[in-house]
Amino acid sequence: MVMINLILILLIGGLLAMLSERISDTMPRKVAMVVVLTDLVYLLLCLSGMPEITQLQAPVANDPSTWLMHFKTDWIPAFGISIELALDGISLLMVLLTLILGAIAISASWTDIVVRKGFFEANLLWSLAGVLGVFMALDLMLFFLFWEVMLIPMYFMIAIWGHENRGYAAMKFFIFTQASGLLMLMSILALVAVNQSATGIWTFSYFDLLNTQMTEQAAHWIMLGFFIAFVVKLPGFPFHTWLPDAHTQAPTAGSVILAGILLKTGAYGLIRFAVPLFPEAALDFSSAAMWLGAAGVVYGAVLAFGQTDFKRLIAYSSVSHMGFVLLGIYAWNELALQGAVMQMVAHGFSTAALFMIAGSLQERLHTRDMREMSGLWQQMPRMGAVAMFFVVASLGLPGLGNFVAEFLVLLGLFQVNIWITVVAATGLITGAAYSLLLMQRSFQGQANQKWVDSGLVDFGTREMLTMAVMIVALIFLGIYPQPVLDAAQPVLQSLLNLTTSPTVAIVEVM
Amino acid sequence: MSETIWLIPLIPLLSSVTLMLVGTRLKASQVGALGVGSVGISALLTLLLATEFMQNQQVIQLSLWTWMEVAGFAPGISFYFDGLTLVMMSVITGVGFLIHLFSTEFMEKDPSYARYFAYLNMFVAAMLVLVMADNLLLLYLGWEGVGVCSYLLVGFWYQHNANGYAARKAFIVTRIGDTAMAMGLLLLFTELGTLDIQTMVGEADQTWQVGATVPTIACLLLVCGAVGKSAQLPLHTWLPDAMAGPTPVSALIHAATMVTAGVYLIARTHELFLLAPIAMTVVAVIGITTSLMAAFTALMQTDIKRILAYSTISQIGYMFLALGVGAWSAGIFHLMTHAFFKALLFLGSGAIIHCLHHEHNIFKMGGLRTRMPVTFWSFMIGSSALAALPMTSGFFSKDQILLQAYQFPEIGPGLWVAGLLGALLTAIYSFRLVFVVFFGSVNTEPDKDTGWRMAVPLSILCLLAMVGGWFMIPVSEVFPASDGSHPAHWVEYVSISVPIVGVLVAYLIFYTGQLKVDRLANSSFGKSLGKLWLSGWGIDLLYDRLFVKPYYGLANKLKSEPVDALYGLIVTINQTLNQWLSSAQSGRMRWYIASMVAGLILVIMLAANLPEGAL
Repeated sequence: MVMINLILILLIGGLLAMLSERISDTMPRKVAMVVVLTDLVYLLLCLSGMPEITQLQAPVANDPSTWLMHFKTDWIPAFGISIELALDGISLLMVLLTLILGAIAISASWTDIVVRKGFFEANLLWSLAGVLGVFMALDLMLFFLFWEVMLIPMYFMIAIWGHENRGYAAMKFFIFTQASGLLMLMSILALVAVNQSATGIWTFSYFDLLNTQMTEQAAHWIMLGFFIAFVVKLPGFPFHTWLPDAHTQAPTAGSVILAGILLKTGAYGLIRFAVPLFPEAALDFSSAAMWLGAAGVVYGAVLAFGQTDFKRLIAYSSVSHMGFVLLGIYAWNELALQGAVMQMVAHGFSTAALFMIAGSLQERLHTRDMREMSGLWQQMPRMGAVAMFFVVASLGLPGLGNFVAEFLVLLGLFQVNIWITVVAATGLITGAAYSLLLMQRSFQGQANQKWVDSGLVDFGTREMLTMAVMIVALIFLGIYPQPVLDAAQPVLQSLLNLTTSPTVAIVEVM
Repeated sequence: MSETIWLIPLIPLLSSVTLMLVGTRLKASQVGALGVGSVGISALLTLLLATEFMQNQQVIQLSLWTWMEVAGFAPGISFYFDGLTLVMMSVITGVGFLIHLFSTEFMEKDPSYARYFAYLNMFVAAMLVLVMADNLLLLYLGWEGVGVCSYLLVGFWYQHNANGYAARKAFIVTRIGDTAMAMGLLLLFTELGTLDIQTMVGEADQTWQVGATVPTIACLLLVCGAVGKSAQLPLHTWLPDAMAGPTPVSALIHAATMVTAGVYLIARTHELFLLAPIAMTVVAVIGITTSLMAAFTALMQTDIKRILAYSTISQIGYMFLALGVGAWSAGIFHLMTHAFFKALLFLGSGAIIHCLHHEHNIFKMGGLRTRMPVTFWSFMIGSSALAALPMTSGFFSKDQILLQAYQFPEIGPGLWVAGLLGALLTAIYSFRLVFVVFFGSVNTEPDKDTGWRMAVPLSILCLLAMVGGWFMIPVSEVFPASDGSHPAHWVEYVSISVPIVGVLVAYLIFYTGQLKVDRLANSSFGKSLGKLWLSGWGIDLLYDRLFVKPYYGLANKLKSEPVDALYGLIVTINQTLNQWLSSAQSGRMRWYIASMVAGLILVIMLAANLPEGAL
């Protein structure tokens, strides 16, 4: 029930936030903040009653009783569709990340949103509810439902509160996600049908579908459907083109959620479904997937370097960083997978912070064009220093979370394919190039007289507090990542046990 | 003491964090006290540690916590302390302390005083982590940490775009080496299953034959990292530009400590390099080539800091030469003496720049001998040591390197001759600087002389640059003993006399003017050669054409997102289809009836052609 409650709190809270606008103009954001924090505290309280995550035995992937939480009740029994939710270490990490970044996103929307505030916060909370569902649902039909629930409010957020070109961006976002959603639905139905013809039972349960017997060809096609659906979301090269537009046009809170959390659903889907459901097919496909990942790393970095729009640059940096996630997943050994999970968490914080900075700049300067910025450090030293921190985090400075992630991915990948590792490692250089250019163009250099005259306001307490949360998180992840690694380790181990890929064999020999 | 060595990097780190958080609210004196004091405490602790180590020669291993543990990969936040570490720590905290003290006067007018010390303290902390790390991943943390601090300090005066450019260049060029080094780490872990330096070299000895492929590749990858950080060919181009930072920064980071990290890395992993003779030869050749290249370049520079920058590149080249020929302790010895005299020279140039309205051009100086006596003597002593005149610290270390290079099999004498040529050039360019700046007529009048906070560090460094050659560095346990043989006496005599000849040449050209080089310099060949040297052999231009411009071009070309054109095509097809179909909906009854009839006929035809029994 805990998991249902988590989702319901957000859904109902969204409704309340919307209605609260009638009381006062500033009410919705407060309500939303309270709702998300309540959800977070509720989850932590429930967790404290559970055994230490680190002391858990490895869950058996296809045995729900070994998971942290499991809940199942019939929904449409005729087709074997049920409301089935479950939580393991990775879902838990993602759920925690979602709630923390949710609170950060609400903080980002504090002064950014000026019209229809109630409806905005409602959309934000509903989107979060959808994301929580995605991270916990283990009935494939329910998963698909939540997938849609998280996307449609996001569409509204871009379309209503977005920037100058929001119509185009929102439509592009919608078409890409709906097309990929359709692909996913078809793949789910195909998988269920194949399973039904093999066993005679209709079921959408992950646990039942894990060992579906199918022909090699069927497995390849269905796997490809899942793969594309998730990679569009990730986004992986060459399915990433919706992202720069959506990110750039979305309001700050929308970008924070989009980059911080929504992208991770794609990675989560790959780890949870696309590989374990079709281990052999995924293995056959792995080197193609890794090359796509490496291409994403390089392509994203080069494009980021060419941008003049502050937000667009960060958007492309996400493409580059998510390439590492794709690499980590398809290298499919413990080192690389841990790296991918770590990247999901660390990138969530670092990019969310950078988008918040972008939003703060837009709020103050009414432009995102870096050619008009320059020398902002002088007037906003706090913002400059914070930006510097997140820029060096995103370029992978050791001691911060992103480095642990990228290094583990490279370390795992090296054991699988040296040449892809070499290509991906160039991302460390190109990453430094665009990150430092971002700093140079906006905060360093000669101060632009226009802004000196207009008198810019530096980060205030609320903003610094929000930033401090993310700074502490990244330092913690950077020097003591073990809690995250420990939470993910048993799950990854059980997933690795499902597959018998040669890469695993190599690791064991080592 | 052994349980608390972690305090040594922690104290500057805490000071740095404090300055970042509340620095703007502190008074300048408080900022200075915190910045200098924290490094001072670290220096004292290091001294304590040193006295203890001198008595018991105890290697210390201290593990604080496991950084991460994944599938057998378990690097720790752990420290390893031996004689080599001690030498490095002494240089970092000792010279570092003096430079911090110097900075309090040099930077006192700067509005970002707190930010300066925050970065500088952070640098000291990172550098200490680098040399104290017991595994290569933690070393890499320090390695990248000093890189970022260097970036922040080179671009400290961020209001000028040129400084930002220099800072980014420094970071990105070294990052190229760092990335190769990271690949080396991946390879070493994959092959040996650990990154703990001591365990790793033990494993390597057991696993690999001398000259095998894997250790050679691994060592070459590490060399890439070392070459980047230590500004050796072909990744040296960032260092001259890095002079954009405040001069004490150049003294600390770009002369005494960070740039020698590459030398430290190779010395620290020398057991691996002993398994890879090819890699060692590569190191020696890179070292001597860089040394000569930079010495020629230094001859032509007019900016006082650029002369010193190229001189640093050149001297590190000697250290690389030492490492390459297996003269490990000579290399580290030169690292230490170089830290003394080069920090002295940089601080001296800082004093000149400080007192001469930020003048950098040596030909606009002149006659400062009487105006700035402390600085003059600093330069006299520093340059003598740099030129390796007998009895100075630089003499002892450089002499050791040259003699051991001579004994290197096959190419040894060649390396020695090239090293001598470099020593000759070193003497010429360093005394060219002294004669031009301190003798002759006064071109710019200094508006002040150095205060005590500048004079004291200069004096102490003078002393160290003089007597540093008599120090015995405690590395005999770290490195394999040399065979103790000496080359013939004449080799030694030639090695000693060449720098003296160099000083004499500089004297004749730049002081008395008896040796005329104008004819040579004004000939077309001389001119183009001079231009080539002035530009640092045109390497910057080459890289600009080969890498920078094409990368900008590529980014510009891809900016419009070619992949999106593919999706744009789908949209266009849909729109075209839509146009066709909507044009059919014209509202003309004739057209509707005609198309209905045509459709009906089509259906009937199809039906008529169906095989029997299909309906």
